[in-house]
Amino acid sequence: IPSVSSIVPESCLLIVVGLLVGGLIKGVGEKPPILKSDIFFLFLLPPIILDAGYFLPLRPFTENLGTILIFAVVGTLWNAFFLGGLMYAVCQLGGPGLNHIGLLANLLFGSIISAVDPVAVLAVFEEIHINELLHILVFGESLLNDAVTVVLYHLFEEFASFEQVTILDIILGFLSFFVVSLGGVLVGVIYGVIAAFTSRFTSHIRVIEPLFVFLYSYMAYLSAELFHLSGIMALIAAGVVMRPYVEANISHKSHTTIKYFLKMWSSVSETLIFIFLGVSTVAGHHYWNWTFVISTLFFCLIARVLGVLVLTWFINKFRIVKLTPKDQFIIAYGGLRGAIAFSLGYLLDYHHFGMRDMFLTAIITVIFFTVFVQGMTIRPLVDLLAVKKKQETKRSINEEIHTQFLDHLLTGIEDICGHYGHHHWKDKLNRFNKKYVKKCLIAGERSKEPQLIAFYHKMEMKQAIELVESGGIGKIPSAVSTVSIQNINPQTLPLERVLPALSKDKEEEIRKILRTNLQKTRQRLRSYNRHTLVADPYEEAWNQMLLRRQKARQLEQKMNNYLTVPAHKVDSPTMSRARIGSDPLAYEPKEDSENLPIITIDPASPQSPESVDLMSEEPKGCSGLPPSPEEDEEGLVMRVKEPSSPGTDDVFTPGNSDSPSSQRMLRCLSDPGPRPEPEEGEPFIPKGQ
Amino acid sequence: VGVPRGSAPVTALLSLAVTSEQIEHLHRRFKQLSQDQLTIRKENFDSIPDLEFNPIRGKIVHAFFDKRNLRQESDGLADEINFEDFLTIMSYFRPIEMNMDEEQLDRFRKEKLKFLFHMYDSDHDGKITLQEYRNVVEELLSGNPHLEKESARSIADGAMMEAASICVGQMGPDQVYEGITFEDFLKMWQGIDIETKMHVRFLNVDTIAHCY
Repeated sequence: IPSVSSIVPESCLLIVVGLLVGGLIKGVGEKPPILKSDIFFLFLLPPIILDAGYFLPLRPFTENLGTILIFAVVGTLWNAFFLGGLMYAVCQLGGPGLNHIGLLANLLFGSIISAVDPVAVLAVFEEIHINELLHILVFGESLLNDAVTVVLYHLFEEFASFEQVTILDIILGFLSFFVVSLGGVLVGVIYGVIAAFTSRFTSHIRVIEPLFVFLYSYMAYLSAELFHLSGIMALIAAGVVMRPYVEANISHKSHTTIKYFLKMWSSVSETLIFIFLGVSTVAGHHYWNWTFVISTLFFCLIARVLGVLVLTWFINKFRIVKLTPKDQFIIAYGGLRGAIAFSLGYLLDYHHFGMRDMFLTAIITVIFFTVFVQGMTIRPLVDLLAVKKKQETKRSINEEIHTQFLDHLLTGIEDICGHYGHHHWKDKLNRFNKKYVKKCLIAGERSKEPQLIAFYHKMEMKQAIELVESGGIGKIPSAVSTVSIQNINPQTLPLERVLPALSKDKEEEIRKILRTNLQKTRQRLRSYNRHTLVADPYEEAWNQMLLRRQKARQLEQKMNNYLTVPAHKVDSPTMSRARIGSDPLAYEPKEDSENLPIITIDPASPQSPESVDLMSEEPKGCSGLPPSPEEDEEGLVMRVKEPSSPGTDDVFTPGNSDSPSSQRMLRCLSDPGPRPEPEEGEPFIPKGQ
Repeated sequence: VGVPRGSAPVTALLSLAVTSEQIEHLHRRFKQLSQDQLTIRKENFDSIPDLEFNPIRGKIVHAFFDKRNLRQESDGLADEINFEDFLTIMSYFRPIEMNMDEEQLDRFRKEKLKFLFHMYDSDHDGKITLQEYRNVVEELLSGNPHLEKESARSIADGAMMEAASICVGQMGPDQVYEGITFEDFLKMWQGIDIETKMHVRFLNVDTIAHCY
């Protein structure tokens, strides 16, 4: 038996809740609140749009930008005029109740109701997990049609108060579209750049980094709205522009904060919007006119279908990946109307538009129909038509390499052909970005970091954090692959060293103890070479106990330590990985570097009969402990240093553990190098045995 | 129109499915590059200024002369290519056609991936070894002179291990993964729809080429 939530999308349920709440309030005798337009436009809408803009998948968006723009601009214009014109005809024929509604009023109504609503589209499309192309087409359209809606709305509202509408007015109106949309984008870009620039200097006040993102974005929105430019486009532009630079500058914690705050605010807004829609339906004054409402609904659907069909036929001439009829159906069906239409209708002035109540009733009916009927049926239809669903592909380093390679290849081919195409200009933009913009907007070393490296570090971070989290619970990650560096590169041999030779059974003992201890701590480190291993097996048991006690204590301290961790210096990515490689909970970063042991890891030589396969990270794409600055053949030497990196300050908490036990712990978990310890008089295994 | 004497008859170009306008455009470009000679050599590619900035410039030029890409039976590098060879290479970048069926689509995709594979596999042994992969990553990052070699190396190593785990799955400690074969390469590219990505836009196919 399917549950309610799998049939009914969340937006519908929320509207029903709103209806109930409104009914309840009315039943008690109070006047239920109506969704006021300024609350909607100033407080409820921006978080949703910012969330959408900040996390907009840029690649598919720019690849399909032409298509999206055509749907957004031409499609909305077509809808507005078609609907307005037909409704005018209906009004003229509709009898005494409707005759007085003029052409302009109808056109205004058409412009209000024709825009696809981003909130409704998001709410419904999020749940059906449709493939990326369709999602970005419908969603992109809903975002970009705001400019058209704003222009048409203000235009018709102005014109309604004019005596005569001249050609000049129409031309000016046409031009104002460009001003509104491009002006909005410009405002957004300016604020985005300012935000990125500000984030460059926040390395000492990490705590307020998220604030700048929210603040500047909201200011972009308000500034645009102030000048009657398109606030939504400003917000989207600001989010898109600031994101790559801000993410390069801010700490990992701030990044998480921004992500969760945006998701939280947008969820709350969405919920409130739908509930308010329900309440407003109950609360509002309604004027039901059968002819008007039914014909509005009917013509809305027709206009949408016709618009999509004609535009797709036109667009497919220019597209490489053509839109199939199935795609067209989903695009047409996904044209949902929502709260923006309602709020715009609510804004209408009673004096100029006496039929405002009728308009509102019709708008609400259309909204209800699209959200309930279309929203509920789209999921079974998607399954029925077997539309391609979203593929959950994890981003891998291989894909990134291939994609970049392909980009460069295609740019090269275009250059050879002498054709200044898509890739050529994208490449030029990237080079410009790298040469000038990144230097200004990204702090410090990271401004020179190429994209591949940045991506690689991001992946490693993610996997390291996953490992830490899963390691803390004590479970081995189920997808651990046994592929390690020796599987792909067995030829690297360690340099010949003069080392104490171990007897066979001592070696076996050491190995056994290490294996049991390391398994208990649920880690798999890189394979080691027996020649470089000098350990104290008798101390292992005691260290194990200490380790457990330490873990318990540090888990407690972790909470308190988070906010007291001072800002760290920039660390090399080597160190981040190195710290992850050893047990994070036992790591004591404040130690003086000279006293700490050197960990020497070698890939297992082919001669070793069995090597404990130790890997320090999750399988997908991590090369474990990194190669050293010296030659590869010497083996990998890792020196433990002061920790820090903008991103890793939250992963490890410096515990206030006592030094000797932590030192020993470090030693027991890592393979100490052949260099004698300052405390240990002589190596444990006597020479020559 | 403008097709030089001595090259294969235009009917042979039918199989490449490019329109006559595109052939003409490419031919003009070919003449520009070859400085009105009948063939192009590697040095002729130096005259393209924009190619300087391309990090994988060497591999791209090399691909034009790779005999495997030119559909010739032999192996190794050609010294010079004529217009027909030039067109052959260009045909790898055709966009997808609406009326292709499953089998054609699959062949189309494999062709493009084979071209890419040859670019990665520089020693022509049919496998992408770790060293070759490292080479690729190093070239990709060659635009950043201050970068250390190890970063490129560790990225390549990580990518190779990931490829191994995708293609072979669990590996014991003594197994060695020789290199990425073409089948493994196909597996890696499964997620990316190459047939829509790997095309140069102006080679839009409106009509099948007809001969004059």
